[in-house]
Amino acid sequence: MMKIGKTLAICVLIITLSALSALCETDVLMMATTTSTDNTGLLDYLAPEFKKDTGIELRWTAAGTGKALKLGENCDVDVLTVHAPGAEKTFVEAGYGVDRREIMYNDFVIIGPKSDPADLKGKSVSDALTAIQKKEALFVSRGDNSGTNKKEIILWKEAGLRVPEKEKWYIQTGQGMLSTINIAAERNGYTMTDRGTYIKYEFNSGGNPPLAILVEGDDSLKNQYSVIAVNPGHCSGAEYETAKRFIDWITGSKAQDLIRNFKLLGKPLFIPNAE
Amino acid sequence: MDFIAEGFVQAFRLLVSLDPETFSAILATLKVSSYSMAASLIVGVPLGFLLGYARFKGRKQIRLIVDTLLSLPTVFVGLVVYAFLSNRGPFGEWGLLFTLPGIAIGQAILALPIVIALTATAVESIDDHLRLTLISLGAGRKQLFLTSLWEVRYGVLAAAVTAYGRVMTEVGISMMVGGNIKWHTRTITTAIALETNKGLFGMGVALGLVLLFIAFFVNVSVSFLRKR
Repeated sequence: MMKIGKTLAICVLIITLSALSALCETDVLMMATTTSTDNTGLLDYLAPEFKKDTGIELRWTAAGTGKALKLGENCDVDVLTVHAPGAEKTFVEAGYGVDRREIMYNDFVIIGPKSDPADLKGKSVSDALTAIQKKEALFVSRGDNSGTNKKEIILWKEAGLRVPEKEKWYIQTGQGMLSTINIAAERNGYTMTDRGTYIKYEFNSGGNPPLAILVEGDDSLKNQYSVIAVNPGHCSGAEYETAKRFIDWITGSKAQDLIRNFKLLGKPLFIPNAE
Repeated sequence: MDFIAEGFVQAFRLLVSLDPETFSAILATLKVSSYSMAASLIVGVPLGFLLGYARFKGRKQIRLIVDTLLSLPTVFVGLVVYAFLSNRGPFGEWGLLFTLPGIAIGQAILALPIVIALTATAVESIDDHLRLTLISLGAGRKQLFLTSLWEVRYGVLAAAVTAYGRVMTEVGISMMVGGNIKWHTRTITTAIALETNKGLFGMGVALGLVLLFIAFFVNVSVSFLRKR
């Protein structure tokens, strides 16, 4: 009995000490972000530089843009980095966010098996999606209300097609971009991804992935990333000043250069375009 | 299949090289499971004992509720705890969202029914003869109570080990309440989910093995306690 009592006492001590150490912390900025900025390693690359320049520690939770916006609306984070311009504007108009600034872009691409059964190579986005629907070629969708998913739905509509839902050839994974690409590879299907995540996938598979880029370069495929501060008028506890410093930093020339130089396999993942 | 073999090699490498990211996740897992186990044992063991020992009206109904709660889905617990800890929620000003203590609250809710139900079962299964023998030997109510308490110690230990297994391995609560924040709330299980999401299956397997390794040590220490 004595032994157990002693062990318990030590446990309690350790717990109290670690709880105390958690209290003395530096300036912390809490961000909700899309999976692509996290999965590609961009934030791991930028956060130490931000800390060096400002002394602020950036912490982030990665979720689809839908969940990230919800975390902002619920005042659980101070700043957002997301990529769904339409939803972002609604978010700002509803009074949840302020100071929205564009920071960088890349583009979406449609990738698929090298054998290209629906013959998409070189087609425009609308023609490619029409071909997929007509030939009932397997298409793997995020299906998670993320920025990429929102964009995909817009593209089906712009092509004048019905947005697929229960079709046999249409799979909704409900998972992140890289898992979705992996599922597409397993099932030999097509999917749409941002170029940054595709390059990361290419890198993970040793430069020789089973899925290749088939449709690219269309104006409608631009993927714009923006940063938004959570509105301090809506969330009294939001660290607006700290968020503002992050926004100024990431749209500044140093961070923009860092983004330009962030490469995998010699290819840039994002192109900075802050004004 | 290759990634399973790769995972074994990687697990070994992570542990031997004292990989800081892995150890940060191990520490987070150990801390958060210690908080939640401490809370659920302190609250759960007395309640479980009472439920198994005392005879009162409505005992069966309470037992039924506790047994039902054994099936609590972790993502659901995560969502409910998030709702309460969110800054728009009733306990928002405590600032517990995206922290280890926040996760621990959810895990304690998960572990509590297990501790209560298994402790109650252990108490219920104390031999009736023991009770009669003690009474015939002239034991008072207090002595009877203390002896019963001592008799169920292994049952309580089993309850703790079972609850620990559930707490260590859950991912829904840690993900939703903790947010999988690197160096802070990234536990081994959320790290596995992330690596798998990133398509780095080998790393996922490695971290899974690391978790099993820790569980093995915990159980070795428990069986050591039992021998004493």
